[in-house]
Amino acid sequence: MATATVAATAPLSNGFLLRRGPNEGAKSARSLQRTKNQRQSASSRRFGAAVITAKFDLKPPPYPLNALEPHMSANTLSFHWGKHHRAYVDNLNKQIVGTELEAKSLEDIVIQTYNDGDLLPPFNNAAQIWNHDFFWESMKPGGGGKPSGELLKLIERDFGSFEKLCEELRAAAATQFGSGWAWLAFNPRPSDGKELLVVKSPNAVNPLVLGYIPLLTIDVWEHAYYLDYQNRRPDYISIFMEKLVSWDAVSAKLEVAKAQAA
Amino acid sequence: MEMHLPRRRLPYLLPHLLPSQLALPPRSLLPLCPQTRSIPIPPMALRAIASRKTLAALGSGLRAQARLATTAAAAAASRGLVTFSLPDLPYDYGALEPAVSAEIMQLHHQKHHQSYVTNYNKALEQLEDAVARDDAPAVVKLQSAIKFNGGGHINHSIFWKNLAPIHEGGGEPPKGSLGWAIDADFGSWEAFVQKMNAEGAALQGSGWVWLGLDKEFKKLVVETTANQDPLVTKGANLVPLIGIDVWEHAYYLQYKNAKPDYLKNIWKVIDWKYASEVYEKECR
Repeated sequence: MATATVAATAPLSNGFLLRRGPNEGAKSARSLQRTKNQRQSASSRRFGAAVITAKFDLKPPPYPLNALEPHMSANTLSFHWGKHHRAYVDNLNKQIVGTELEAKSLEDIVIQTYNDGDLLPPFNNAAQIWNHDFFWESMKPGGGGKPSGELLKLIERDFGSFEKLCEELRAAAATQFGSGWAWLAFNPRPSDGKELLVVKSPNAVNPLVLGYIPLLTIDVWEHAYYLDYQNRRPDYISIFMEKLVSWDAVSAKLEVAKAQAA
Repeated sequence: MEMHLPRRRLPYLLPHLLPSQLALPPRSLLPLCPQTRSIPIPPMALRAIASRKTLAALGSGLRAQARLATTAAAAAASRGLVTFSLPDLPYDYGALEPAVSAEIMQLHHQKHHQSYVTNYNKALEQLEDAVARDDAPAVVKLQSAIKFNGGGHINHSIFWKNLAPIHEGGGEPPKGSLGWAIDADFGSWEAFVQKMNAEGAALQGSGWVWLGLDKEFKKLVVETTANQDPLVTKGANLVPLIGIDVWEHAYYLQYKNAKPDYLKNIWKVIDWKYASEVYEKECR
């Protein structure tokens, strides 16, 4: 399996390894694809003498918290979504009050505070909100199985086979040292014609900052799996691939990505 | 153009992993030329590998894993390689309750630390092979695995020494020269603890918070390192005295997302004997 460090135009303070199909070594595209500017719901409430404007909301997963049992327990969801994800939302809202970031979409905040790798304080919270929203969407009750249609075609074109993709994704997730994420992402401007790639990233970093469009993610921070799997990250990754991953969601995101790139 | 790597002893390639940092018997400096492979195995390494106490400490479910690790280590050792092994804890897994649960201590020691040791040994063996065949790209590629796993072994070995049950002195602040130095360099014991906890809580992702001694300036510092980077990666003159693991595996089963609660409570079992010894030795 070949790996290539990202030859980004800006130095990344966090290492960022790309895993590609058999032909590797594409230059990373620095263009930033922005999705439609999302209007986050803004609600004000009075709290004593101060007015707090909640800029971002904690979005619930698209299924009940116990819907992923027994593969991902309701207990895990209650902490992972109810505490960790919620804290990122609360903390970002506090951080952006009275700043120019208040007027921006979440994705714009992520890219701006990434600051070419010299992370600004709101980055961790903003990116982790984005990453977790995306993570819940990457799973579904009764997930697993195989992709189909256009997605499967592209996977077979860029990885050789679905099995090869799974191998690369599992390896990326297993070897992301410390906290981080593994991704399937879409490169809108590949120099070698391969639009799909597997990426792993540390802490809160995500492929948006490289101009890629995420299609699928698996959270490999320990809090994502420790209650259910303890130190057995490889078991968690296997169960994610076999029982949780939502290829429907990935296909939908691929369609959006291709439409944007066109 | 061929790259010729000088046939150096391993420690030259790993300047940041000094024997003194390992809190283990110093590594034998084995030349790596193939013709000198018949070096006797250092007796300390053999004893550590085959320690009956280490094996006895493992539950039945782990015997297979331990056998595998020991077999691999023995195989490597028979080739003249020094290998590392999991140090015993000087207290039972449940001895630090309620500050740190027995469940966490057992997983942390038998699974996480063991895995660092196993993978460290594997990486060192691969390194020796790569050096022997002059494969510079392979040597460079192995550096991150050595840093992760070697660092994990270094850091956890110090961590176990920084902990003790309450009835054996855990939780008691340091006396003597180290106690005075904390007052001098941080203002007060409370201010020091608060700084450690603030830095530990603010650390994003996985890592460690340290009380270190800058041995050049004889000053105490609070520092953090990411992932399993040893303290020396923050400064060649920094000597670790106290390290607190803030990877989620160190507290999650018990404290969940409440990292500040873990940090508050772990001071009840932080032991200062090892730290004081190191401090006094460096400041003699």
